[in-house]
Amino acid sequence: MARAATTADTFNAVAEPRRREILDALTQGERPVNELVTLLGLAQPHVSRHLRVLREVGAVVVRDEGRQRLYRLNPQALKPIHDWVASYQHLWEERFDLLEDVLEDLKEEH
Amino acid sequence: MAQASSSTMDVTFPSDTEILITRTLNAPPHLVYRAWTTPELVKKWWPGRRGEMTVAVMDFRVGGAWRYVMVAHGEFEVAFHGIYREIVPNERIVHTEVMEMPGTAPDSEEGAVLNTVTFDGADGGATTVRIRTDAGSKEVRDLIAQSGMEGGVREQFEIIEELAASLT
Repeated sequence: MARAATTADTFNAVAEPRRREILDALTQGERPVNELVTLLGLAQPHVSRHLRVLREVGAVVVRDEGRQRLYRLNPQALKPIHDWVASYQHLWEERFDLLEDVLEDLKEEH
Repeated sequence: MAQASSSTMDVTFPSDTEILITRTLNAPPHLVYRAWTTPELVKKWWPGRRGEMTVAVMDFRVGGAWRYVMVAHGEFEVAFHGIYREIVPNERIVHTEVMEMPGTAPDSEEGAVLNTVTFDGADGGATTVRIRTDAGSKEVRDLIAQSGMEGGVREQFEIIEELAASLT
């Protein structure tokens, strides 16, 4: 259960490098599992397990087409990550911009 | 005003426990260092545009403590403190950082991250500042993640940003 808890949110799901590779691959568009297996060079069960985690947090969506299961990204689920990084980034951008002002004053003193 | 020659800020995630912020500033390292280490100057930039900094205590020596407090526009206080671990004038500062939660003792190192700030001379008398934040362990990283921060996103940020931008 502890393990389930760690992957229950998008942040933790995306913290795993292989799962980020899967998301990368899916930015190019919808793909069947076997294509992901080839791209990642991982065994199919591993890829399926990662896909299941990504599906549980809503980061990917699956649909069946004939005998194929096609996966695609659901960017909406990644938005909380973007929002956090963006607010953190904006704070530091504000700081650096103000720091530039301070530095201009210091340069004039010389 | 920010100079046109300034580069933009870069955020990357070098490992699952680290965040790296990089920005080149249009001034030489010794001035950037001075702005970074002088309390009256720190007060001018550290809160960003989000409030006033009320406390900037800097016992600026190895083993010395620092504490920053700002009052955000929403009228709540945000406080951070830590210890200086390493000081190389004009080049590098290594310090711990604790975000104070209600009940956090001012000398507590629990949940501390380690920040390494480096100042490297760049072309045209500029300085490249790098702030590397290392949560150090999964426990601490998870602690930070629970407060809304996550260190495992790495270069994916750029892709995520594009995706999120397409939503708004």
